[in-house]
Amino acid sequence: MKKYVKDLTVAEVSFPHEQYVLLKLTDKEPLPETRPGQFVEVKVEGSPRTFLRRPISINYVDREKNLLWLLIKKVGEGTHKLAELKVGERLNVVFPLGNGFSPVQKVGERVLLVGGGVGVAPMLDYGKYLKEQGANPVFLLGARSKNDLLEMDFFKSIAPVYVTTEDGSEGERGFVTQHSVLTQETFDRISVCGPKPMMVSVARYAKQTATPCEVSLENMMACGLGACLCCVEKTIKGNVCVCKEGPVFDVNDLTWEV
Amino acid sequence: MADLTTKIAGITMKNPVMAASGTFGYGLEFADFVNLEEIGGIIVKGTTLHPREGNDYPRMVETASGMLNCVGLQNKGVAYFCEHIYPEIKDIRTNMIVNVSGSTLEDYAECAARINALENIPAIELNISCPNVKQGGMAFGVTTDGAYSVVKAVREVYDKTLIVKLSPNVTSISDIARAVQDAGADAVSLINTLMGMVIDIEKRKPVLSIATGGLSGPAVKSVAVRCVWQVAKAVHIPIVGLGGIMTAEDAIEFFLAGASAIEIGTANFIDPAVTVKVAQGINDWLDRHGCTSLTDIIGQLEA
Ligand SMILES: Cc1cc2nc3c(=O)[nH]c(=O)nc-3n(C[C@H](O)[C@H](O)[C@H](O)COP(=O)(O)OP(=O)(O)OC[C@H]3O[C@@H](n4cnc5c(N)ncnc54)[C@H](O)[C@@H]3O)c2cc1C
Ligand SMILES: Cc1cc2nc3c(=O)[nH]c(=O)nc-3n(C[C@H](O)[C@H](O)[C@H](O)COP(=O)(O)O)c2cc1C
Ligand code: FES
Repeated sequence: MKKYVKDLTVAEVSFPHEQYVLLKLTDKEPLPETRPGQFVEVKVEGSPRTFLRRPISINYVDREKNLLWLLIKKVGEGTHKLAELKVGERLNVVFPLGNGFSPVQKVGERVLLVGGGVGVAPMLDYGKYLKEQGANPVFLLGARSKNDLLEMDFFKSIAPVYVTTEDGSEGERGFVTQHSVLTQETFDRISVCGPKPMMVSVARYAKQTATPCEVSLENMMACGLGACLCCVEKTIKGNVCVCKEGPVFDVNDLTWEV
Repeated sequence: MADLTTKIAGITMKNPVMAASGTFGYGLEFADFVNLEEIGGIIVKGTTLHPREGNDYPRMVETASGMLNCVGLQNKGVAYFCEHIYPEIKDIRTNMIVNVSGSTLEDYAECAARINALENIPAIELNISCPNVKQGGMAFGVTTDGAYSVVKAVREVYDKTLIVKLSPNVTSISDIARAVQDAGADAVSLINTLMGMVIDIEKRKPVLSIATGGLSGPAVKSVAVRCVWQVAKAVHIPIVGLGGIMTAEDAIEFFLAGASAIEIGTANFIDPAVTVKVAQGINDWLDRHGCTSLTDIIGQLEA
């Protein structure tokens, strides 16, 4: 898949919650082909302490309006600076990067899409894709509390959504792996993106139920292109670049103890 | 249009900009962003005789105006390179140069000898300055005797252009450069990364898996310019300058200090098309300053 470096234009900025920003970017030309689960590397301007680009998942691609959505959590200086972008400003983006989630396997397959925190971001695009391809995605989203649940209306417009919050302010109380849907229903496969402990526990559930499971990793990256070998993850085939061979891996290919 | 051609001993380059080892993969990773043939030379990933897994993750941490890495020469070994990678890069019409590393004299020599046999690799860059591997690597590059012996061993088996990459982590880089020249190097390139360290104060642990790593990016540029300037006064072989170059103006500093060509490393991560932009920018700068040729400015500092 061809990669591009482009100055995209900020078309919309919104704040689903004070700690997050949703940027919708556009271009004069149609946006290039992308796959769900791929990511972009953005250049942060005006932040002297942010030297490297920042990897951000593709949250959603609206082909009709030619918009690329990025859902960003403000953690450090770079992401805070991104949250200050104004409509009409430019953002330099290298994309699309990485492999992305598995393509649809068969019509009607039931795919559980698990997202935790800002890890929900790539699940929106993937859910939409699976639905369009005739699969039956189901979302299971976890957050600290009600306010941390993001883009709920969009998720609900695509497929059924199950929720857990750690404080019980919405959905079931606890972690995603404690949700009752996991004991009541079965799935053909699972995709998960979120904090590592969450992905490990989902992987454990997948192993117990013999369900294929893929995880999306967020290792520290420098080039994003498979050139520097900084972002490696240990796999059964040795150290591989998360930015190029990943970020999505079959959990059985990793050396995690689940 | 100024004449940008430059010579590094036996090789002629259409322009003085090369991509630095370890930051540009095998070039192919950047083919969507730049026409590789518009780059003066591409120095591919560090290659060793035997495959190496490299160090554990984390291997990278950002710093003020730069980054530290401790990749540790992860590569599939020279046999794999010759069989699988060389066929894919051999027809790229620019100087494809292999960066060679090792832990023993024999490893260095054997690896260089294998690459000597590859027709479309006109030069090697001998890395005697990697700070991220336990044995060998930089150990050879920090003493004049070590540097002399490894270059001598390689010179005996390698008959094309031999560029030796120097470490700034030494007391006198000029002394090392002279030793390398005496041992038969055709050119030197400098600098490799500067050893550094970052600590996570909450965990009270170093961030990198092996505690230390090599600093690169704009943070090291002034050190690199100083090294080039010192080495230019110490040796008569050509110098390839690198360290922190982001723009054409950065590159011009290196030419004035005495470099005949430059390499760009970390900047490729910020702008994957930077190599070609800097080459164009050097041309524009020369034009603006009434220079007809790059050679007009090499080593031309005012007294
Ligand atoms: C493939 C991938 C997809 C991602 N998708 C999203 C997303 O959709 N939304 C989102 O909000 N975040 C996402 N992230 C995480 C995001 O890249 C980091 O939060 C961001 O880089 C932090 O930058 P900062 O300057 O604000 O923070 P800093 O102060 O620089 O760092 C804070 C923390 O952010 C992480 N981080 C910093 N730099 C990098 C880097 N170069 N690579 C990876 N992690 C880094 C580290 O854990 C660090 O401790 C993704 C990361 C990866 C690797
Ligand atoms: C991720 C990374 C990997 C590197 N790997 C190598 C290597 O394999 N061999 C080598 O000689 N230098 C290696 N280097 C050093 C660079 O080639 C260069 O000397 C250094 O980064 C300084 O230049 P820069 O500031 O333009 O990056 C590496 C640098 C980085 C950042
Ligand atoms: S970030 Fe450079 S190889 Fe993955």
